[in-house]
Amino acid sequence: MIPITVRIQREDFDIAAEVERIRSFGNDAGAIVTFTGICRDEAGRLSALELEYYPGMAEAEIERITDEAAARWPVVAVTVIHRHGRIKVGENIVLVVTASSHRQAAFEAANYLMDFLKTRAPFWKKEHAGEAAGSWVAAKDEDDAAAARWKVEK
Amino acid sequence: MKLVYFAWVRERIGRTEEELDPPNGLATVGDLVDWLKERGPEYEHALAEPRAIRVALDRVHADRTTPIAGAREVALFPPMTGG
Repeated sequence: MIPITVRIQREDFDIAAEVERIRSFGNDAGAIVTFTGICRDEAGRLSALELEYYPGMAEAEIERITDEAAARWPVVAVTVIHRHGRIKVGENIVLVVTASSHRQAAFEAANYLMDFLKTRAPFWKKEHAGEAAGSWVAAKDEDDAAAARWKVEK
Repeated sequence: MKLVYFAWVRERIGRTEEELDPPNGLATVGDLVDWLKERGPEYEHALAEPRAIRVALDRVHADRTTPIAGAREVALFPPMTGG
């Protein structure tokens, strides 16, 4: 079993510390890829996001997705951290770190993880603009299409 | 059976969770959602578009044809928008 870390937390994360943690596991990783998802301002319209999630299922579902990625690519370590609660513009939302002997597996595993985090992990974003009550973000068809491209023909 | 709701499904139904005892004749997730829809205007409003509702049984994704027998916790929510 490779080291897989899944955390759902309200507080921010430290990207450098998470990379350093993976480096501390050993020297077989020749490539470490990090992806950071950030709250953008939608051309000045948005002030913050509120992220709701399903405790218990969110962790379990992300672990299912990381297990699939680990079975498909020769990764040597994976970390996924997803924040919840109120996240202001410019703040971090999600971190994916993948480590592998060579870069291609690390890139592809990180890409796969993000595609399925978006379509299968039970999180929901509500947009806040100023003092208004906020509106729920609609799911995007292109996210479903991005996840569908990983389907393996059997 | 424990029902839990998230995001706009939770807001429209007006509660985060509840304990319900559905009738014996309900076999699938689709049957359960259709039965819930009849419980009142807030359920009708939340579940008006069955295709927009996602369901998890005991914290695993299901679809309308999944049997509900034995499920203890059933979650209803909109399509996910995390990441």
